[in-house]
Amino acid sequence: MIGTAMIGTAGRRRLTVLAFLSPWLVGMLVFFVYPLITTVYLAFQHYDLLSPPRWVGLANFRYMNIDANFWPAVRNTAWMILVSVPVTIIFALWVAHVLGKIRRGAGVLRTVFYLPTLAPPVAATLGFVYVFNASTGPVDRILGALGLPQPLWFDDPSWAKPSLTLLAMWGSGAIIVIFLAAFLDVPMELHEAADLDGVNGWQRMRYVTLPTVSPVILFAVVTGVIDGLQYFTQGYVAGTAAGGGDAGAGSGSSLGYPEGSTLFYPVWLYQQGFQYFAMGYASAMAVVLFVAALGVTAVLLLVSRRYVHIPGVS
Amino acid sequence: MAALEGSESGALVGRIGPRRRGWATRTAPARRDRLLTVIAERSLLIALALMFLAPVAFVVLTGFMTTAQAAGPSIWPRPFHPANFADVFSRAGLLRASGNTLLYAGLSTIGVVVSSVPVAYALSRLQWRLRGPTFLVVLATMMLPQQVTAVPLYVLFAKLHLVGTLVPLILPSFFGDAFSIFLLRQFFLTIPQDYIDAARVDGAGEWRILRQVVVPLAKPAIAAVALFSFLYAWNDFFGPLLYTGENPSAWTASVALANIRSQHHVQWNLTMAATVLFMLPVIALFFVAQKAFVQGVTLTGVKG
Repeated sequence: MIGTAMIGTAGRRRLTVLAFLSPWLVGMLVFFVYPLITTVYLAFQHYDLLSPPRWVGLANFRYMNIDANFWPAVRNTAWMILVSVPVTIIFALWVAHVLGKIRRGAGVLRTVFYLPTLAPPVAATLGFVYVFNASTGPVDRILGALGLPQPLWFDDPSWAKPSLTLLAMWGSGAIIVIFLAAFLDVPMELHEAADLDGVNGWQRMRYVTLPTVSPVILFAVVTGVIDGLQYFTQGYVAGTAAGGGDAGAGSGSSLGYPEGSTLFYPVWLYQQGFQYFAMGYASAMAVVLFVAALGVTAVLLLVSRRYVHIPGVS
Repeated sequence: MAALEGSESGALVGRIGPRRRGWATRTAPARRDRLLTVIAERSLLIALALMFLAPVAFVVLTGFMTTAQAAGPSIWPRPFHPANFADVFSRAGLLRASGNTLLYAGLSTIGVVVSSVPVAYALSRLQWRLRGPTFLVVLATMMLPQQVTAVPLYVLFAKLHLVGTLVPLILPSFFGDAFSIFLLRQFFLTIPQDYIDAARVDGAGEWRILRQVVVPLAKPAIAAVALFSFLYAWNDFFGPLLYTGENPSAWTASVALANIRSQHHVQWNLTMAATVLFMLPVIALFFVAQKAFVQGVTLTGVKG
């Protein structure tokens, strides 16, 4: 591609294009193409960084079925994508929908909902682990004072991921702001036309508002799913902070605490590759992750052709 | 569903235009129902806003507690114990870690802006054959999970003896960042062609047009990109953990903070004080640069 671009009559102009693109082209080759190919190569090797890679065929992929943590890690990540992401998006849609109708104080409220997105993930997760600390944390104290049940939150395997979902909802301000902008952009004529047709509120939401903001919803779903596939920091910090273990690159003993419920796929990949130095196996896991990312993106784009309304494109 | 029923109608329209025609003909109970839904929705929203603020309040208050208080049932610190905020610097090595974070965030922001602006220009204002496909490749790299390329890059940097330093974090930013390229391209496309044509007629080369016409006009977008790059580096955890985890003197603040409880046997009050200190610059940045934030967020979502 590059070679053919350089030869030709308008050589000077092509050279300019190439010069403008060069930082990205080099970065693309060194930080994407090379590691992508090498990951696939290493997936078929036994490699621990110390001795040279040794060909092991499909052994790394077969080991996934023996590895007791592989499928739980897949399920944990799938849970975040299938439950946490939709819940967070629907929540953000609702907040934006109500915010869009408020006249007085909308600016203040918008800032309140946006600010948490600025909290660095490590800080936000630590804050949540403290606030939701079982029985001694402020939330459980308030629930106790009200005579309500006090879940163990980050200490209970069945509550850990719902607690992380609350954290995700708390940090959903960016998509709230984007949804809000989209809601306010819905053309007035559409609402007027809907009025003439005498539709009710739900019908208006279903047939007027949602279709016009559907590209923005698609954007939120795609970024949510992609972020869900690489969900790492919150799971890592919640596991180590609640488990009280070493969060450094040392043993990582409490990764996944409690009972593997926060051992997300990337966390397990990290532990395999960079704590146990099973780099061949980690590469095989990376290949699976890559295929999953490709598949999910393809499915989302195909689905969106049917359901997403893009103005000017029939 | 019930909460949405009836409430949506009129509100958006009523916000700007005259009241809808249907309004007057509605029966009194329907109107009352609608009013109740509106009140319910807004009360819920305000309650929710308070719940959004509550964690921050708890974290800040705990940061001011003595160790004994933080372990007890109190919610309000009595007396206030601001010494925590000084203690974390000495006890958790937060000073050096903050320096590392500033270095990482500062240098990578410069790198991202310097390398992404020309690429975005080529993808928006220069005409060439493979422009469309190239832009798709840029977008595709955004979809790629970080962990997919992590192993070979780690091996590469390990062979260069750069693991345990900040170099593997900073270096890649000087080779174009897909998200920033995308954001800048979206903005460059909105610059009227006349400005660029006028400069071309005057005999300006593409570099000069970029520097003297496009960049000055694109200041808000460049500010947004710089802001997002800075925040990305400030918040980044996976990269710093991967490359500096083994070497505490190279830890960024995010890694130091994640380690604070175990490494230094530090109590919740000190942990929360450190958490507040780590969040504070970001919040301050937001209020200083609010316009750039809004610009950036709307550029990603609406025009995307």
